[in-house]
Amino acid sequence: MPLELVFLIEQLLNGLLVGVAYLLIALGLSLIFSLGGIVNLAHGGFYAIGAYIAVEVGNRFGFPAAFVAAPLSVALIGVVIERVLFARFYRADPILSLLLTFGLAMVIEQALRMAFGATPIPFAIPQFLRGQVFIGDFIYSRYRLAILLVAMAAVLGLWLLLQRTAFGRVVRAGVQNPDMVGALGISLRPYLTAVAAIGIGLAGLAGVMLAPISGVHPAMGAEILTAAFVVVVIGGLGSFWGVVAAGLLVGVVRGLTVYFLPPAAEASMYMLMLLVLLVRPRGLFGERILRFE
Amino acid sequence: MTEKPHPATILSAPLPRRRVLQGLGAAALVGGIGMPAIVKAQADTITFGHLTPLTGFLGPLGAYGQMGVQLAVEEINGAGGVNGRKINLIMEDSVNPATASSKAERYIERDKAAVIIGEISSASCLAISQVAARNKIVFVNTGGNSDALRGKDCNRYMFHVEGANTQYVKAVGAAMLRDGLIKGKKLFFLTADYAFGHDLSRVAKLYIAANGGEVIADELVPTDASDFSAYMLKIRQMKPDVVISNLAGNQITNFIKQYAEFGLPFPFGGFGFDTAVAWGAGKGNFGGVWPCIWHHDVDTASSKAFVAAFVKKFGKPPENQAWGDYVATKTVARAMNETKSTDSAQIIGFFEKEPKLDILKGREGYYRAWDHQLIQEMYTITAKPVAQVKDQWDLMVLGKAVPGPNDALDVIAPTPAENACSFPV
Repeated sequence: MPLELVFLIEQLLNGLLVGVAYLLIALGLSLIFSLGGIVNLAHGGFYAIGAYIAVEVGNRFGFPAAFVAAPLSVALIGVVIERVLFARFYRADPILSLLLTFGLAMVIEQALRMAFGATPIPFAIPQFLRGQVFIGDFIYSRYRLAILLVAMAAVLGLWLLLQRTAFGRVVRAGVQNPDMVGALGISLRPYLTAVAAIGIGLAGLAGVMLAPISGVHPAMGAEILTAAFVVVVIGGLGSFWGVVAAGLLVGVVRGLTVYFLPPAAEASMYMLMLLVLLVRPRGLFGERILRFE
Repeated sequence: MTEKPHPATILSAPLPRRRVLQGLGAAALVGGIGMPAIVKAQADTITFGHLTPLTGFLGPLGAYGQMGVQLAVEEINGAGGVNGRKINLIMEDSVNPATASSKAERYIERDKAAVIIGEISSASCLAISQVAARNKIVFVNTGGNSDALRGKDCNRYMFHVEGANTQYVKAVGAAMLRDGLIKGKKLFFLTADYAFGHDLSRVAKLYIAANGGEVIADELVPTDASDFSAYMLKIRQMKPDVVISNLAGNQITNFIKQYAEFGLPFPFGGFGFDTAVAWGAGKGNFGGVWPCIWHHDVDTASSKAFVAAFVKKFGKPPENQAWGDYVATKTVARAMNETKSTDSAQIIGFFEKEPKLDILKGREGYYRAWDHQLIQEMYTITAKPVAQVKDQWDLMVLGKAVPGPNDALDVIAPTPAENACSFPV
């Protein structure tokens, strides 16, 4: 294989790995919006909380403990936030929930800054996941392969939950027509709480997985949230596989831009979003959701 | 012909409403004057305005800047203040150049600040310096490195405690030359994509070309980039002899962490550096050779006293940005005390006589008259072997001061030929 091509493919595959990380955030974002109609601008904040919990737990009890504790405790925080705050805004003007979560994002960032300081906190890759894997000419960080596995498991688990369980059927029905679900005598309340817990818990999972490779600092949530939003918009609201495809696509496009035109790396995903919105305003696989039309 | 307006028109005319507003304003003014406590406080204090980014990719450093200026003001006030008046310190997040500019304006207009201190972003420095010059108020830059601020964009009201990019490049460059990392070598640059990075890359390329090295790539990295994996693959592909970071803030943390993650074999280092973000990389990840303007291991009496006071107040060692804002505040206070004035012209006149200043280093420094750059020693930093690391702040080994004891202090500073400055009249 010519060397140029090897490097190109290497960037492609790396882009997929990066995209998978965006996915964990974007899926939760999409899920919460689809069912509750709340655009959760604080989602990045929950990701940051996950990372900080990972550091605190990881330093005391090791990485595996952090891996379990971070998503669970962030999901628990999600339940409280959903019950106390989100629940009041499901039927309200979307601008109100937007303001709410925007404020919440700032409160979380500033709270982290006050509690842990503004400087990045060191958190290393666990010893057993350090090092690189060489496959032919390709190099992989072993840790990123672990992220890939975890993310794939999470995506698959979420898909099975939504498609193959009674719980998932109600959620999907609720996304399409909450009034009909209500008319059938099913209260969406517990489902809304559960979905918020799952979505926010996924952000916590992303937090623990990304903490060892990117700096753990209060603004880390804001850094990743924009990318996650772009992924959701490109993928199309309400579409599970749309978000998955968009996450991978954004990762790949970004990787290729770094390869060919580095200064445009960050702009590339916005260009992609612009293009998609021009051609398909509903996003790649966006479904027609009546109440949002 | 004159027409008498109908009474109804008078009632709805805008004039009375404006009068009412004026009346309200006057009432508010009187109310303000009617509070003697506030007026007295203002007359008895000198206001120091502090601006620095607390959010965004430079936020981690700004937090230390605030700690530095707070400690300095506390010490000055504890020792009787400036000309018998206490310093009233006001601090805010400068956010970005546009916000920095309007906040600087507000400090001067509303708070009657006698001086503005702080900043880290070179772009925001420029914005603040323009406001300061227009209002004839001294601004001491404590964290903006770009040479352009001292050259093309220099002005009489701006002083620089922070080293110029050239000082950083020449300080660490000497160490890199000694270690054989420049002459005849291929260097790969990663550069922060904003004013500071562009300026640093330009200065660094001049230095490398002058010393027989070759820059084979210069990748611009967006300031909010947190994933460097694509760059790591590119570095691996290009097989440079040396990898150089011209990055800033959180970028440096992420770069160091992910460089270790990918286990790339090439020696690396940087031309710009801040200790706090390297602390964030953690032991086992930190490596390479870097320039440094000050480090808490600097072994002088005044430096040790500063570190001890800082640890006592904040419970952790100061970072170089804390040093910058501390030293800036102390030198301004000294200028005000010695000239018995808070007048900008007096302060500038004092510094332009190039008095020797204690800047917590082995040799005293001075603000150079023609570009207002603090001429000072710099240091280099390398990683401490993991086994010797005591705590999370003990990752680094401090090299000897540059320039050496027998060289003039300004040999590492930009020359008039490299960075001409003529103050606008």
